[in-house]
Amino acid sequence: MTERFPSPFEVETPEGCEGWEDLYPYYYVFSEDRREFEESKFWFFDSMHHPEVLYPFDTITSESWWVALGEMNSRVFIVPPALGIDQRVINGRLYISANAIMDEEVVGARVAHFMERAGYYYEHWDELYAQWKDKVSDTVERLKALEVPSLPEMEDLQTVRSGRGLTSAYDLLVAYDRAIENMHEVWHLHFEFLNLGYAAYLTFFGFCKELFPDIPDQAIAQLVAGIDVLLYRPDEELRKLAKSAVELGVADSFRVGRSPDEILEELAKSAPGKEWCAELEAVKDPWFYFSTGSGFYHHHKTWIDDLTFPFEGIRGYVEKLVAGASIDRPLEAVQAERDRITAEYAALLEGDDLKNFEQQLALARTVFPFIEDHNFYVEHWHHAVFWNKMREFGQIFVDNGFFEEVDDMFFLHRFEVRAALYDLISSWGVGTPARGPAYWPPEVARRKVLLSKLAEWSPIPGLGEPPEVVTEPFTIMLWGITTDSIQNWLGVEGEESEHAVTGLAGSPGVVEGRARVILSADQLSEIQDGEILVCPITNPSWGPVFSRIAGAVTDIGGMMSHASIVCREYQVAAVVGTGFGTTRLETGQMLRVNGSEGWVDIID
Amino acid sequence: MPILWFEECEDANRVGGKAAGLARLLHAGVDVPPGFAVTVDVFRALLDDGLGTSLSRVLGSVETRDTEALEAVSGEARRLVEQARVLPSVRDAVHREYAELCRRAGVGEDELPVAVRSSATAEDLPDASFAGQQDTYLWVIGADAVLEHIRRCWSSLYTARAIGYRLDRGYGHEGVLMSVCVQKMVDARSAGVTFTLNPINGDRSKVAIESSWGLGESVVSGEVTPDNFLVDKVTFDIVRKEISNKVFELRPDPTARTVLRHEIPSERARAPSLSDDEILTLTRLARAVEDHHGYPQDLEWAIEESPDGDSVVFLLQSRPETVWSGRPRPPVSAAGVSTMDYIVAHLVRGVRVRDAKEHRIM
Repeated sequence: MTERFPSPFEVETPEGCEGWEDLYPYYYVFSEDRREFEESKFWFFDSMHHPEVLYPFDTITSESWWVALGEMNSRVFIVPPALGIDQRVINGRLYISANAIMDEEVVGARVAHFMERAGYYYEHWDELYAQWKDKVSDTVERLKALEVPSLPEMEDLQTVRSGRGLTSAYDLLVAYDRAIENMHEVWHLHFEFLNLGYAAYLTFFGFCKELFPDIPDQAIAQLVAGIDVLLYRPDEELRKLAKSAVELGVADSFRVGRSPDEILEELAKSAPGKEWCAELEAVKDPWFYFSTGSGFYHHHKTWIDDLTFPFEGIRGYVEKLVAGASIDRPLEAVQAERDRITAEYAALLEGDDLKNFEQQLALARTVFPFIEDHNFYVEHWHHAVFWNKMREFGQIFVDNGFFEEVDDMFFLHRFEVRAALYDLISSWGVGTPARGPAYWPPEVARRKVLLSKLAEWSPIPGLGEPPEVVTEPFTIMLWGITTDSIQNWLGVEGEESEHAVTGLAGSPGVVEGRARVILSADQLSEIQDGEILVCPITNPSWGPVFSRIAGAVTDIGGMMSHASIVCREYQVAAVVGTGFGTTRLETGQMLRVNGSEGWVDIID
Repeated sequence: MPILWFEECEDANRVGGKAAGLARLLHAGVDVPPGFAVTVDVFRALLDDGLGTSLSRVLGSVETRDTEALEAVSGEARRLVEQARVLPSVRDAVHREYAELCRRAGVGEDELPVAVRSSATAEDLPDASFAGQQDTYLWVIGADAVLEHIRRCWSSLYTARAIGYRLDRGYGHEGVLMSVCVQKMVDARSAGVTFTLNPINGDRSKVAIESSWGLGESVVSGEVTPDNFLVDKVTFDIVRKEISNKVFELRPDPTARTVLRHEIPSERARAPSLSDDEILTLTRLARAVEDHHGYPQDLEWAIEESPDGDSVVFLLQSRPETVWSGRPRPPVSAAGVSTMDYIVAHLVRGVRVRDAKEHRIM
């Protein structure tokens, strides 16, 4: 019996969703033109980054990483066996597929180039990374500073007096192009080191498994992971703010059930309150540019747009402080533990084994800060700025009758938005009505209905034939695509599992608690202390949640996904990559979660 | 003194490897059931008193190839040992120390069940695996029975197998003396062995525990397939658990005043014989003992459960592991391979997901 997933060409269009393909570019969907090629590959649903239906505009993020990731593998660093990760949309969802080079001779020929290019980066890593941080900060600052001009009734007199010769309409189009370019730029930066970082880490990981068969995956991660990771900073800042609130004597304002506006209003009335507010303002940039989602969607709220989430975190910390508990992360203990296990494993080695272990460990530790931190710079800081910058264009459209709401713009693909802008500026220049105000509102309304219907379709986890070997580093590391996950998705039970849900052991411990199934970040406020969080994937900004839950169960993710890393950090038991956690478990069920062995049972 | 309590034992040449090992454990603060060693001086005195001459005569001409002759010689030698005259001072010493052991255990005079185990002087050296060549007697009660079993331990130096083993390796019979340990029995709820490395591949980062219900002899003798646990020595993660069907156990029967074999009902037979906490306690213990000796260990332990449910872990013995520790450890790394080479090799190899020939997921 051959186990297989359906072909992409066997997937049916849900009722009422005919014509969904028109929302996306021609190159972004499966077609008869490439059928043979497309059917020969294995595609899996990228629920980690794009768990929801893709808004046409938002595909700029997926399309950008499509290009940049591929280039770094195939054209820049010449990763010997791997090209890029291909993408297609089906029923509004993103499916991805790693491209491997099958010809051994070609692979062999690429090795020397890889060694030279990757070798250069490994050798100069620290210096290049420092330079990278300046580059990415500059990219974000330029985006922030980008002016989005409105179209005035009359061009400013200065335009004439300065002999400028160009206009607001020209500037508007240029600003749009600059913003789009900026997104492409930041995604190149995102991948500049990432595949090399993953390659070094995966190599060290594999080497440890050879040296110490049966070493827990978590132990290897612990040897390498950083202590002071950028993704934890926003949560650290919340803790500092909580402490400050207590010290300033304004802790009382953070009572349950109060909105951020109510709290800020009250604080503004007192001197210590104002002092606290000033501290808050100082912290916001960049630490509140933190998405409650993956950052890939325009509608995922960020802390800077909506203070509800961070204030809820502060309130929780204040409550603990007032009760006399500590809210400090035990950094010294974490460092000491890392040093201990490093020394003890090393003590079991000698000769070449010890030398290689130390060298590879050193490299893995060198590359890990980029692996951990790049996500904050790009998907959080940059994208939070980007979505709001794009809303400035949306506002201009609204002002000119193209859309009813600012966010309607995101129902157009970026190529369509540019066309709409041209429609707008030509009408401004020409003095006759643009077609947009008649054309777009009904089309946007149609698309809203279409997308909400597509959202009801349950994505099949995989399409096509699973490969024999996966060589593309991202696919292995990040998505955790391994034998086990594929088997899990197929529903193949090699050994009959007596457990309700199985997955990877993401973070050790055995806990019991009531399940809370969360499908989007908006639902996070429903979580009660001591519950077991069940979700497709966690996000780094959910930090404050982790100090309240007893355990976590995710649908997707490997050892190095955020769910695993953050849960280990907060000592929350976690089972990740279950495939079916959110469909098999229900809110309110009493669960036993074994994060050391990777299973979940329903005990009530 | 011909008899030394474990805490007084030091010299393996006098008290045997087993007792000396127990002494070291005690000094390291490990819980060991109390007891004493009947030193080699006692056996030597017996040999000097004429037994030695008789034995030499019997053993002089035997060859290993002739199994029938070997058996006959063994039988004669053992009879000589078990019937040799025991000096009154020795009998008195055994009675006195056993009575003291009863008192220390808080048990009625002459009532304490003990294990009587051989502790040969060549036995526990790292480079010779004499283990199992001599005997162990469980659940012995009363000073007279203790003395009888001490003599049987001495006589087990002359089983056909033991004689043959020494002959094949060129060890003389005269050099082998024996000490005997008399030790309070642990009424084990669970018992077994622990290796401070993975016996399957020699990996020293792991602790391997085999355990079953009841007394550990069923595990040591191989009669029961025990539960098997593998623990990472550094992180204390329990990386593997294989629970077996433990069909019988050895438990003391107070009425029969001996150890009996009981069949275990299937629900309990398939239940883990150790809790996770106990697994970790055994791991910590194994680490401590290994660190103390500076050498991989093969430990025997037993868990006794008190009426109020607390469990106490006792170490019964610890000896140097002999299979992997003596071998040279081949390195995993090839010489002269750089980190970049490793990265390339790893990338090219990838992760195997499917077996194309058999059309199945691997």
